[in-house]
Amino acid sequence: MSAGRVTPAGSFPATFMVTDMNKTRTSGRTIGGLRTLSLQAPAVTLLFLWMIVPLAMTVWFSLQRYNLLMPGMTGFAGLENYEYLFTDPALWSAMGTTLLMVGWVLVITVVGGTLLAVLFQQDFMGRGIARVLAISPFFVMPTVSALVWKNMMMHPANGVLSWVAESLGLPAVDWFSSLPLTSVIIIVAWQWLPFALLILLTAMQSLDEDQVEAARMDGAGPIAIFFFITLPHLKRAISVVIMIEMIFLLTIFAEIFVTTSGGPGLATTNLAYLIYIRALLDFDVGMASAGGVVAIILANIVAIFLVRMVAKNLES
Amino acid sequence: MATLELKQITKSFDDTHVIKGVDLEVNDREFVVFVGPSGCGKSTLMRMIAGLESATSGDILIDGQRMNEVGPADRGLAMVFQSYALYPHMTVEDNMGFSMRLAGVSKDKRREKVLEAAKILQLEPLLDRKPKALSGGQRQRVAIGRAIVRNPSIFLFDEPLSNLDAALRVQMRIELARLHEELDATMIYVTHDQIEAMTMADKIVVLQGGEVEQVGSPMGLYHHPRNRFVAGFIGSPKMNFIAVEQVSSDAEGVTIKLPGGETRQVPIDGSGHAGGGALELGVRPEHLVLDEQGPMEGRIQVLERLGGQTSLYVQMGDSLLTIMADGDVAYRVNDSVRFGFSSDRAHLFDAEGLSLPKLHRHPLAGLRRQDNRAPSDTVGQ
Ligand SMILES: Nc1ncnc2c1ncn2[C@@H]1O[C@H](COP(=O)(O)OP(=O)(O)OP(=O)(O)O)[C@@H](O)[C@H]1O
Ligand SMILES: [Mg+2]
Repeated sequence: MSAGRVTPAGSFPATFMVTDMNKTRTSGRTIGGLRTLSLQAPAVTLLFLWMIVPLAMTVWFSLQRYNLLMPGMTGFAGLENYEYLFTDPALWSAMGTTLLMVGWVLVITVVGGTLLAVLFQQDFMGRGIARVLAISPFFVMPTVSALVWKNMMMHPANGVLSWVAESLGLPAVDWFSSLPLTSVIIIVAWQWLPFALLILLTAMQSLDEDQVEAARMDGAGPIAIFFFITLPHLKRAISVVIMIEMIFLLTIFAEIFVTTSGGPGLATTNLAYLIYIRALLDFDVGMASAGGVVAIILANIVAIFLVRMVAKNLES
Repeated sequence: MATLELKQITKSFDDTHVIKGVDLEVNDREFVVFVGPSGCGKSTLMRMIAGLESATSGDILIDGQRMNEVGPADRGLAMVFQSYALYPHMTVEDNMGFSMRLAGVSKDKRREKVLEAAKILQLEPLLDRKPKALSGGQRQRVAIGRAIVRNPSIFLFDEPLSNLDAALRVQMRIELARLHEELDATMIYVTHDQIEAMTMADKIVVLQGGEVEQVGSPMGLYHHPRNRFVAGFIGSPKMNFIAVEQVSSDAEGVTIKLPGGETRQVPIDGSGHAGGGALELGVRPEHLVLDEQGPMEGRIQVLERLGGQTSLYVQMGDSLLTIMADGDVAYRVNDSVRFGFSSDRAHLFDAEGLSLPKLHRHPLAGLRRQDNRAPSDTVGQ
């Protein structure tokens, strides 16, 4: 129970702390001296506790023998939990699934978001309404949207997609059993596409119209303008989208829980879901905590790597 | 060779008519300046010439060819934007070579042409920098360089110097005039700045509300404005307008009664205005002269000493007049002054605001900028 909650709560502040520290360091600016430090102290302390208490508890549990089914077996376990974890083929499968999910959703949302942003920047009838509609999936709760996709879009008997397939004379696809990972990726991408669109559209609007016109005078057609003017202009916004999305996508849970429950087999079990399985289905809190710690480390490696990239990008 | 002709060009955005029928001829190698108050349609007109905006009706001819349906890249024009519009992620060299890159010119050839333009503009040491690392004047030069490498038949400039400080503006103005000679190109230039218009133009086009008020040489517009609007717009400080009464008028001159009651004759053809009626006397600040025996009197409201000159703002009746006087005049605020005007420099406007023709055409009225050069300069052109 506690481990399931601990992991996301522990990993988020940790990644953001890294972001903050890195920023002040790369910009080479020290903020304030002793006097401002005393003013900052309460907030910083609160944030630090917010991060360190769950993190420390997770680390502590991960070093314990702590299985709710075996209340008698307690005590210090050392690295035993980690040993089991790293020799468990489920961990590596879950890591692979996580990376596949994050990677594909990023590709779909960034490419799709960029193209949609270009589209929605054009002047056409009903643009305002179209923009709102395109952005609205972001405001639907993950559980709800996953349910809608499961029961109304991808259902093999009465889903919209199978109806379309049938009216085209094609066999209906049982999405969640034959293409489970693809289905989850589609659902998550559908949810995050609006986010990418929102950020990129805002960035598009700051593109200097004169630059586009100068390019037109220089002989650039729409495609050349996209690659030589628009895309370089969106570079920063795209790296921001990638960073933020990656942090959240590493912990996708609700969509998997509602649709496939991580299956069939381990086909859609990512790290977050694996931790849930260990903690709440196997009741192995120690093992789940070890998984949580691994997830935190993974998230931080990604974050540091990304923050470097984004910071470099923002500076240039 | 590059000439431009506009025939009855109009432009409407939905229901607003922005350009209302403009006719204009631009000759080869001419430097034409568009001036006019903000919102009069200067940029719109220029963008239509560039092809960035389509004309609602009328013809745009370049070298006699109708260009309305030709895209902006294929008209043989280059435009320099007020905001410079440099591509921020490209180096100076790439900025200048972008059009050639799109046209598929080889890298060596590109570099050669860019270097050539960079040399003219003294940009060689900056070729590897990004626009962000340049000063305003340098950016401006890169924008001009980007236009030069395209070897256009006509250059278009939309307020290119308005983001620069005063000193840099003077420098770039001189540089642009030099470029015009060096490149032998036709140039069209939009500006708000009186001095830029007067010093650089062969031909000034005064626009108001989407219509051409007058086209002429700088000296022609200064000495023979067609109407009250042009008279007020050209020249700085603005021309003074004084309501007067007409006493008599014929082809020999017009006799007017000034606010103080005295009468004067001015060398203006009054034959078209023999019927009498209200007139307005227009005198430029530099042509009002302080004179103890002068026919008009007023009270000094503000006094601006510039060193070489002093501007006096004088209240006479309801109107505030500007007088440019010598730098050493001893007057103070609230002093009352008498002044007159040089009558052969005076203008008269009728109730519609049209000016009555002057009896003598000013000797410099037809002067073009090229004519200022000594004859030896033009040898070899
Ligand atoms: N896209 C547009 N839609 C509607 N009206 C427009 C559009 N573009 C320009 N206008 C109008 O056309 C008129 C002329 O604009 P323009 O930009 O040509 O003025 P300008 O003479 O260049 O002014 P400034 O000296 O301030 O640059 C203005 O009243 C402007 O509001
Ligand atoms: Mg303008």
